[in-house]
Amino acid sequence: MKKYTYTEKKDTRSGFGAGLHEAGKKNENVVALCADLVGSLKMDAFIKDFPERFTQVGIAEANMIGIAAGMTIGGKIPFTGTFANFSTGRVYDQIRQSVAYSNKNVKICASHAGLTLGEDGATHQILEDIGLMKMLPGMVVINPCDYNQTKAATMAIAEYEGPVYLRFGRPVIPVFTDPDQKFEIGKAWMVNEGTDVTIIATGHMVWKAIEAGEKLAELGIDAEIINIHTIKPLDDEAILKSVKKTGCVVTCEEHNKFGGLGESVARLLTTELPTPQEFVATNDTFGESGTPDQLMSKYGLDAVNIVEAVQKVIGRKKA
Amino acid sequence: MKHTIKELEDIASQIRRDIVRMVHGCQSGHPGASLGCADFFTALYFEVLNHKTDFTMEGKGEDLFFLSNGHISPVWYSTLAHAGYFDKSELATFRKLDSRLQGHPTTHEHLPGIRIASGSLGQGLSVAIGAALAKKLNGDHSHIFALLGDGELQEGQNWEAAMFAPFNKVDHLIASVDYNGQQIDGPTSKVLALDDLQAKFEAFGWHVINTDGNDMQAIVEGLHYAKTLTGKGKPILNLMSTQMGAGVDYMVGSHKWHGTAPNDEQLASALAQLPETLGDY
Ligand SMILES: Cc1ncc(C[n+]2csc(CCOP(=O)(O)OP(=O)(O)O)c2C)c(N)n1
Repeated sequence: MKKYTYTEKKDTRSGFGAGLHEAGKKNENVVALCADLVGSLKMDAFIKDFPERFTQVGIAEANMIGIAAGMTIGGKIPFTGTFANFSTGRVYDQIRQSVAYSNKNVKICASHAGLTLGEDGATHQILEDIGLMKMLPGMVVINPCDYNQTKAATMAIAEYEGPVYLRFGRPVIPVFTDPDQKFEIGKAWMVNEGTDVTIIATGHMVWKAIEAGEKLAELGIDAEIINIHTIKPLDDEAILKSVKKTGCVVTCEEHNKFGGLGESVARLLTTELPTPQEFVATNDTFGESGTPDQLMSKYGLDAVNIVEAVQKVIGRKKA
Repeated sequence: MKHTIKELEDIASQIRRDIVRMVHGCQSGHPGASLGCADFFTALYFEVLNHKTDFTMEGKGEDLFFLSNGHISPVWYSTLAHAGYFDKSELATFRKLDSRLQGHPTTHEHLPGIRIASGSLGQGLSVAIGAALAKKLNGDHSHIFALLGDGELQEGQNWEAAMFAPFNKVDHLIASVDYNGQQIDGPTSKVLALDDLQAKFEAFGWHVINTDGNDMQAIVEGLHYAKTLTGKGKPILNLMSTQMGAGVDYMVGSHKWHGTAPNDEQLASALAQLPETLGDY
């Protein structure tokens, strides 16, 4: 197992804030919009340097998506910012018609996704957003795994032409990816090469997959770990190549097992290479209030859950 | 009056203590507007609302209350506990794992007193209208109360509801606006100004009254007066001016306390200003 270490913990939303600032410096067409959550979305640096390119829309997410769609018509590249729930479910038809169907260059940037939003509870903890967004034709869906990757992804989507959903989170987590990485949309990142099982992880679950990989190594299981940061378009090639070698797969995501990354992988495998698969995901449930760590544990999203899923799926492979 | 003004003020003081202790206890949550609305909740539940504490979802023959700005759950939970819906010891579980007292109100955990989830802003007025329509169909002439945040009014759904209610003569509805002039990113006047809310609601066909939401006498009288205005073809809007953080000097009037928990020192300072009247949980 390749050794991953970290010297600091940061929130992925701060990576977004830093990336937005960089993208703003690079391209004067980059504009930002926010619905009364500037601090939570870490937009302060962008607003400070480019006040005229920032629009505060107030608590009015539907209006924000519509305005963003309209701004693309004047050649702007709008980044909208609010919590993941209010970025997706709240404004689904506005995104569907004015952004996705109309193919507008809007970057929907969504913080506080998943259970790790914590104490605010289920009203705010969306676990269905990946599904909602990946179902929209033409929508790119990205869920980066740490501060550096989120920053790089934010800069990359500014250069990509077309609608994007960028999902990130609230808590501080280890920073373990390369600060100077080049982010390629749709290209998987090989975290660790192995032979016994393919672990495919996205977002906050990537670090947990690394922790699980270390435990598995102690148990004599050689896990291949792949980071799928772009859930759509999916890197079919990387997944098929790995699964051909390992013969079984565990998908890991901070999302409902219905509609998430796991189902995208299952769809690929069932048509191309039927393979035993286990899902580390929430099980058709809403969340609740609690600390992020408590919730990840209660809802089965810890390294131990990945280890268990791996043991189970390897058993199915042999059977 | 069921209580004297002094008695009501004492209840509000205890609710304020609970709010700061609850938010401090989990180091998260929304003290500012919870404190600002403590007088309103006290007046409503201890004086105005015709309600039973052996809770039923339908609340047949009872007045119903809906909280649209669900983030001010601490004030509601404390009020419900002191009114007798559940034991006040449960307030200690606020926002903690396996609690019925979720960060935002929910029916999912079956907490008595809650009839719909809120937290995602801008949805409560529609729900209140729906409940009012159902009561009408059932021949039940009780009142429906709702509370909305002022920043929350930036959500367009409120204005769909605002248009619907007068047109459909939903006239047993009393909606109050927590008019504290603050939201997360700053004063409402700087984020997206609401301007003349009275004129706006009147133009939509509402009967608008103004109350001082941090004056117990005024808020009790205002809500009683609002009740006398119902049944006359128009919904009632109570524009209730409040101070964010009312009762805790260092929190008063600042959006900074919208969603920030006090530290130990700040807690002590807040509690020193708020007499313990009914016993802490
Ligand atoms: C649909 C939606 N968008 C954004 C939020 C995040 N949010 C929670 S409270 C709040 C500000 C609400 O302002 P106001 O209604 O004035 O309440 P106050 O600040 O007075 O508590 C925001 C933006 C939310 N809960 N729901």
